[in-house]
Amino acid sequence: MFEIGLAQYLTVAAILFTLGVFGIFLNRKNVIIIMMSIELILLAVNLNLVAFSSFLNDLVGQVFAMFILTVAAAEAAIGLAIVVVFFRNRGTIAVEEISQLKG
Amino acid sequence: MTFNLIPVLPELLVAAAALALLMLGVFRKGDSTRDATVLAIFAMGAALVTLAGAAGGGRQELFNGLFVLDGFAAFAKGMVLVASAFTLAMSLDYLKREKIGRFEYPVLVLFATLGMMMMISAGDFLSLYLGLETQSLSLYVLAAYHRDNQRATEAGLKYFVLGALASGMLLYGVSLVYGFAGTTSFDALAKLFSAHGAPSLGVVAGLVFVLAGLAFKISAVPFHMWTPDVYEGAPTPVTAFFAVAPKIAALTLLMRVLMGPFGELTHQWSQIVTLISIASMAVGSFAAISQTNIKRLMAYSSIGHVGFALVGLAPGSDLGVQGVLVYLAIYLFMNVGAFAVILSMRQKGRMVEGIADLAGLSKTSPGMAFVMAVLMFSMAGIPPMAGFWGKFYVFMAAVKAGMWTLAILGVLASVVSAFYYLRIIKVMYFDEPVEAFDRGIDRPMRLVMAVSTLVVLLFSFVPGPLLTSAKVAAAALFPAG
Repeated sequence: MFEIGLAQYLTVAAILFTLGVFGIFLNRKNVIIIMMSIELILLAVNLNLVAFSSFLNDLVGQVFAMFILTVAAAEAAIGLAIVVVFFRNRGTIAVEEISQLKG
Repeated sequence: MTFNLIPVLPELLVAAAALALLMLGVFRKGDSTRDATVLAIFAMGAALVTLAGAAGGGRQELFNGLFVLDGFAAFAKGMVLVASAFTLAMSLDYLKREKIGRFEYPVLVLFATLGMMMMISAGDFLSLYLGLETQSLSLYVLAAYHRDNQRATEAGLKYFVLGALASGMLLYGVSLVYGFAGTTSFDALAKLFSAHGAPSLGVVAGLVFVLAGLAFKISAVPFHMWTPDVYEGAPTPVTAFFAVAPKIAALTLLMRVLMGPFGELTHQWSQIVTLISIASMAVGSFAAISQTNIKRLMAYSSIGHVGFALVGLAPGSDLGVQGVLVYLAIYLFMNVGAFAVILSMRQKGRMVEGIADLAGLSKTSPGMAFVMAVLMFSMAGIPPMAGFWGKFYVFMAAVKAGMWTLAILGVLASVVSAFYYLRIIKVMYFDEPVEAFDRGIDRPMRLVMAVSTLVVLLFSFVPGPLLTSAKVAAAALFPAG
């Protein structure tokens, strides 16, 4: 019978993390997709922490995950607010258009 | 169970002040930016005084080891408070002139400062993360503070995306360290590694992720891409704030993490820090040469300075930590002073940011030109100035640890970077004046300029106080020799 152990959880989390990082760098379309990628990274971390926590029989990981959930909500709120003011100024949130500052 | 809350009193004070000012801003009619800013500066001064009172007498732990106050933390927090208060003082008139004064500005700076103080005192990855995020979230908003300005909002957006990515990497590293070592407490980790010797591969991978995340926050190469854009786009007082306080906080945090929990793994991280340091010095020196915008130049200059500071961190010795602390203290005054000059660059009521705009400054306003010349000489590391001694102590630490290559590359990078610092002096003293800057620099700005110039000039003659306090602070990181 196939057992789901720590390794499987860690693999899923690692895949999610990689997807998130690549989502930020390879995405050329929309800032909202970047925000989703950031959430994906944080979720991967949470999955890691909860899996470790249960494996180690130690509560710290789950407490940590709760804090990350809270901070992630605040982070998303601030990120969306910045996206809104950016859209008001420029009329677009396409990633290619975020290029006034360079050199 | 009772808590002794004295060690955390400075933080409580800053937090209470931030909340009180928020209330003041909401309930008072009319614009209260100026009053709130002045009150915030006083709150920081009060926090500094309570910090001096609370810090005496060795290492104090609070909240089950989540919060640590020792000599090292007190020194770093002192620097952060001074830097934040200076930058607030510099923004007083700027906000009014540019008509972007809102009472949230000092409140955000206070919250950012609170986050920095928390992360400096972190004794556990949990409190490290929460402090870091308190700081970062306030800084994202500050970068986009000028919300009708296209460049400021773009700077905010870039900073947010890359900063959030950095936090994510740091967290992933923390989760790996937690999983493979079984704890997030710095003390427990240090004990574990000194007892077991070689760590598992998972811990090393976690360490690398943590290092990458923190390198982002101090804008060390290869994680520096956001720095020039954010520094150029953000309102200038905010840039001044970014260049000093968060950088000092993140660097001291990096030192605590590397010397504390990972102190036994020096040979694992020393190479990484060396590489990051060399790359930062190189990029900071070469990329700045072609810059024409002075804020962008300061961004590259700060990347270079981080590289120099990391030279002292690479050996992992207490001499190195002491060198980095001295370096950071001098860096604080040099940068604050330079930004005071940049903030006074106005022509016909408009801010200008070009290096060419400084042409002939020695004839139009000799005082400002002198201040800038002293600070630029110091940043370049010309001997009698403080900046030379900062570099001297970090390079000495590297040499004493036998890291000759690193020290020599550092000196070479310093020579290259002297080019663009000296170019500013050349433009000010030997180019024909184009247009004079507006008269009437406000009083806080003059004060900041005078204090920073004096510190930079006098450090060579009275280095004692700073050196001894840095030594005491560094010793706090190395318990029992």
